[in-house]
Amino acid sequence: MSIGTPKYSAEGSTGAEAATRDPLTPGVKRWQLRFPRSLRTPLGFVGAAILLIWLIVAVFAPLIAPFDPLAQDFPRLAAPGSENLLGTDTLGRDVFSRIVVAARTTLPAAVFVVICSAVLGSVLGAIAGYFGRAVDEIIMRIADLVFAFPTIILAMVIAAALGPGLKNAIIAILLVSWPSYARVTRSLVMTARSSEYVIAGRLLGFSAGRSLVREIAPNVISPVVVLATLDVGSAILTMAGLSFLSLGAVPPTPDWGAMISEGVSQFAAWWIAFFPGLCILTIVMAFNFIGDSLRDTLDPHTAQEVGETTS
Amino acid sequence: MAEAAPEAATTTEATPASGTTAGDAAQRIEPPKLHPLLRFILIRIGISLLLIWGVTIVTFLLTNLVPTDPVAAILGDRAAADPEIVAQTRERLGLDQPLIVQYFTYLSNLLHGDLGVSNQTRTPVLDSIGQVFPASIELGIGAILISVILGLLLGLLSALKQNTIVDHAIRTLSLIGISAPTFWIATVAYFVFFFKLRVVPGAGRLDPWITPPPKVTGLYTLDSLLAGQMATFTNAFGHLILPSCVLALFTIGLLTRFSRSSVLDIIKFDYVTAAKAKGLPTGTVVFKYIFRGALVPIITVVGLAFGSLLSGAVLTETVFAWNGLGQYAYRGATTLDLPVIMGVGLVIGIVYIIVNFIVDLIYGFVDPRVRVR
Repeated sequence: MSIGTPKYSAEGSTGAEAATRDPLTPGVKRWQLRFPRSLRTPLGFVGAAILLIWLIVAVFAPLIAPFDPLAQDFPRLAAPGSENLLGTDTLGRDVFSRIVVAARTTLPAAVFVVICSAVLGSVLGAIAGYFGRAVDEIIMRIADLVFAFPTIILAMVIAAALGPGLKNAIIAILLVSWPSYARVTRSLVMTARSSEYVIAGRLLGFSAGRSLVREIAPNVISPVVVLATLDVGSAILTMAGLSFLSLGAVPPTPDWGAMISEGVSQFAAWWIAFFPGLCILTIVMAFNFIGDSLRDTLDPHTAQEVGETTS
Repeated sequence: MAEAAPEAATTTEATPASGTTAGDAAQRIEPPKLHPLLRFILIRIGISLLLIWGVTIVTFLLTNLVPTDPVAAILGDRAAADPEIVAQTRERLGLDQPLIVQYFTYLSNLLHGDLGVSNQTRTPVLDSIGQVFPASIELGIGAILISVILGLLLGLLSALKQNTIVDHAIRTLSLIGISAPTFWIATVAYFVFFFKLRVVPGAGRLDPWITPPPKVTGLYTLDSLLAGQMATFTNAFGHLILPSCVLALFTIGLLTRFSRSSVLDIIKFDYVTAAKAKGLPTGTVVFKYIFRGALVPIITVVGLAFGSLLSGAVLTETVFAWNGLGQYAYRGATTLDLPVIMGVGLVIGIVYIIVNFIVDLIYGFVDPRVRVR
């Protein structure tokens, strides 16, 4: 819309590709029909499988981790071997146990921050889109301001101002990530608001709240959910970046970003930084794979609204 | 498309209402008979200035609403216990003034080039930033060149070979590229290519025994060429290769994805079919018809990519001991040196706004339809 291309050409591939994956067309295997549409592509399937593994690891972390992640029981900087599967760090802690336990903070925190910013952003966006005028101006100008910074720079500035800690890192990411939801929701609400059934409802005397919640919200929810799924990966990356800058979880709490930061100065002990990074890579990859095939199988309208908002 | 191009939206949304009414509004505003391009430029300048002003408010509020008391941080524990010294310091720093007065003091300091003094080193933040800034610019230019060239070519290839093994491979790789934490890739690449294989020189911008070229631009590669020192140039260039490749990885993924979908949009147009039907050589169709059309929306994404390069720089420079803005910010962050962090945030925010302003301008020149808004 903003650059004047024909309305449905923005995601040119999606319409055509979604059509070829229709369950009725040949080429879709029978077993594929057992999965939700978005997981039927090989990438989506691989992503879901990786994510499932990580969920299991996070849930059963205490059972999987062989040692106490905080105990400094082992020789320092021991190479990966039979006892310490992935080696030990500078303080003689078991890297494998730390990685496994860190999944328990990273995953829930990322999902939590995405849900919070999706809710905050879409509520603000809905208010801006529905009421318009001054409210709209104020909310959207603040959103513009947030967009004026690269994400992690603003998150870094906020996290530094609030002081290090997981809670403050979450607040920082929340503050930098709500505007994309506000924008999407605002434009959806503005479209829905001018549709005839909403106008009819207003003429019948529905309150703004009823109109927003009962009539407009159903039109808005699915794009927001898709956007949120796409966003979990980048939330994990931002969080890892903050803890790499030691603005995330405070030591000695195991944290992937902080572990990489510790490994940067230890080149001989490559395993300290390598394995936590591999964890971040696989988990973000899983979310991006799922998001990508989700986007491919969307109806064109949702795809239009969600767009290619990577980074 | 509005969300497909975030920063185009950032600025265009400042004009009233949504896409449907923007055209009407443009028609109604007739009286000032400015050239549309000039009007477009003026509006963009206005919006950019407003955004920069907004950025100063953000950094000011963040420095002032922090839970830690700046006076205690400056004085240390013993002096902070003496109420008289505390009061004096507050007065000296202007902290006894109302917030709005403090803001204008802050703003006038900024306009005089005073970004505050580092809590750790006691050096003015602006001076330090001035010293490290060219290093980051050099790295950024290297990375953006690599990512634009590779990203566009890979995206084009992927779109032309849509749904083949080449396309799937490129799409999967680009997804992996945007999933990897840059600072980790930096660590791994440094370990493999320097520590194990020794194919690239070590950390820093030059080998320690080589003196930097006389400062003209601050970019070592450019300065050494200007001074005619070929040995220094080769050395600086060698040091530049690995960091810029690592930094480019994320943006290559980003640009590949965008240019693929952009090319796929263009391929469907009738003029492309017509060109093929006329029997033009494939090369001509691809580069003169498809690629040119596809390039227009990609320009916006390059602005976005620049933002992620700046972010990536903050996280990777430390690994390569690259004495730039990123390493300065990293030191500031790890020591919680607030003036440093705010200064870097402010500078990067402003650079990002200026880059997006330039991108908007190029866009306005290339695509006349944009100027209407």
